[in-house]
Amino acid sequence: MSQHPTTYVPKSAFGKWFESRLPIAGLVHSSFIAFPVPRNLTYFWTFGAILAFMLVAQIVTGVFLAMYYTPNAGMAFQSVEHIMRDVNYGWLIRYLHANGASMFFVAVYIHIFRNFYYGSYKAPREVLYILGVVIFILMMATAFMGYVLPWGQMSFWGATVITNLFSAIPLVGETIVSYLWGGYSVGNPTLNRFFSLHYLLPFMIAGVVILHIWALHVPGQNNPTGIPIKSGKDAVPFTPYATIKDIFAVVVFMIFFAYWVFYMPNYLGHADNYIPANPAVTPSHIVPEWYFLPFYAILRAIPDKLGGVIAMGAAIVIWVFMPWLDTSKVRSTAYRPLYKQFFWIFVIVCFLLGWLGSRPAEGWYVIASQICTAYYFAHFLIVLPVLGFVERPLPLPNSILESVMGVQKGGAGIPAGANAEPHSKG
Amino acid sequence: MAETTTHVAEPTRRDFLYIATGAAAVVGGATLVWPFVQSLAPDAATVAAGAPVEVDLTPIAEGQIVKVFWRGKLIFIRHRTAEEIKAAEDVNVASLRDPQADSARVKEGKAQWLIVYGNCTHLGCVPLGQQGEYHGWFCPCHGSVFDTSGRVRGGPAPINLPIPPYTFASDTKIVIGQEVTA
Repeated sequence: MSQHPTTYVPKSAFGKWFESRLPIAGLVHSSFIAFPVPRNLTYFWTFGAILAFMLVAQIVTGVFLAMYYTPNAGMAFQSVEHIMRDVNYGWLIRYLHANGASMFFVAVYIHIFRNFYYGSYKAPREVLYILGVVIFILMMATAFMGYVLPWGQMSFWGATVITNLFSAIPLVGETIVSYLWGGYSVGNPTLNRFFSLHYLLPFMIAGVVILHIWALHVPGQNNPTGIPIKSGKDAVPFTPYATIKDIFAVVVFMIFFAYWVFYMPNYLGHADNYIPANPAVTPSHIVPEWYFLPFYAILRAIPDKLGGVIAMGAAIVIWVFMPWLDTSKVRSTAYRPLYKQFFWIFVIVCFLLGWLGSRPAEGWYVIASQICTAYYFAHFLIVLPVLGFVERPLPLPNSILESVMGVQKGGAGIPAGANAEPHSKG
Repeated sequence: MAETTTHVAEPTRRDFLYIATGAAAVVGGATLVWPFVQSLAPDAATVAAGAPVEVDLTPIAEGQIVKVFWRGKLIFIRHRTAEEIKAAEDVNVASLRDPQADSARVKEGKAQWLIVYGNCTHLGCVPLGQQGEYHGWFCPCHGSVFDTSGRVRGGPAPINLPIPPYTFASDTKIVIGQEVTA
């Protein structure tokens, strides 16, 4: 934000007085009003705004749920039923929150794969991208702990299985697990601390989101061509263009969200979670929420406890290294004919892993999970580094303007082949 | 401030004070973490609830598995049949993932009573009794197989179902959580 000197000039005397003491209006003006956005952004670039909306929606619904919920192993399940049956519109607030978590992940996965496709993770956006990975990990922790709170069968056994992942750590694993539980098994102390952390983490996410947006506003947004803004003609001001488009996208997304909430509010959950937690019986088929399934499949694909845990962790941590694993100088996959094919294979493998994660760990499902896991890692460790050397990318347009308006005839004033990358725009 | 400090090659009293103050802040801050981390450990009430529990074995029929809790952890008490004992004993111990003879997993002369923790050593699910290839236990979560001695025979579980500390108070009564034999 600091890179864009504000053009904001307060009009009123009070505005001038305030701005000279806290220049927040200028900050908002330069970041969200005058900020130049590439003119060729598609709707894939509205998911940042959708995610910001979802974070606020989850916090608001969550704060209200916390008013009616009781974080005690003996009362939690009952208090959720109390929310569903007695609290005015409690059913709506809870269904918004529970399905909101799924919608949050739908949006974040689209956001992440948009970033993969258009090479948004590449220089100069590495820090922006890594902050995004941090947000994703925080989201996973928050979603997991939230799912434990209703204290149903899936809550209890999900908590048991996930906390037991830490017992795979040599020597100190068992101690770490008892510190996570606050006991010798998942119990009331576990529920209490998960509730506390489930309330805390969204605000930590909000903090990292601010850094994420800050880091975005230094280089500016990537775009479908992957080439930077070179002149004022390549960009439009954030307001009204991006603002209104984002609001429209949020509204469309809310229709999608509302469909789940009002027509199939329990479809994404598990019936077993309407059975109170029972430490003596494990549900016959234990599966995590859909958004964890690909990682769960990777965990189960490795026939070794510690190895499985390491592979699952590595599946996310490897994202951090993507800006350096990808050796191609071309950002947008639109100009990478070979990588385009590998990208879609990767997408299919991720969906396959998700599906395999929902199947029981037996027979050919295990083999298929192992093949997909191997490919998942090969994509990062072999495909990304090698393609940069062997692929011949398509010619890039000279400018964003040219890519949307066609090549301008005669003296458009855009120097052809100006590939130098200015770090400021306008 | 910067203008008043002149650079000298020799460490000064002021350098020492800076380092000492910084070190005190770091050590103090690190020390403060201790009580917070420690508060996450099982608390006094939870530890106290881990007092030994007595279990009467009389009502447990042959072939039956009974679930009890000690320290909030599930424990299986299995009254093994003669065939189950024989199956557990007739195993080449060296071929096991976690080699342990059946005799080391029961009390001497009480081979019919197998007492093991009831959570799978993989990720803590409750295995189903009398199921799986060896009719010991089968874990529905990730497919670990245990024999009639509670030893892992297949699947991702790394070790056998552990044996809790217990002792026979009489022929028909055990005390879980007490190891010492009188």
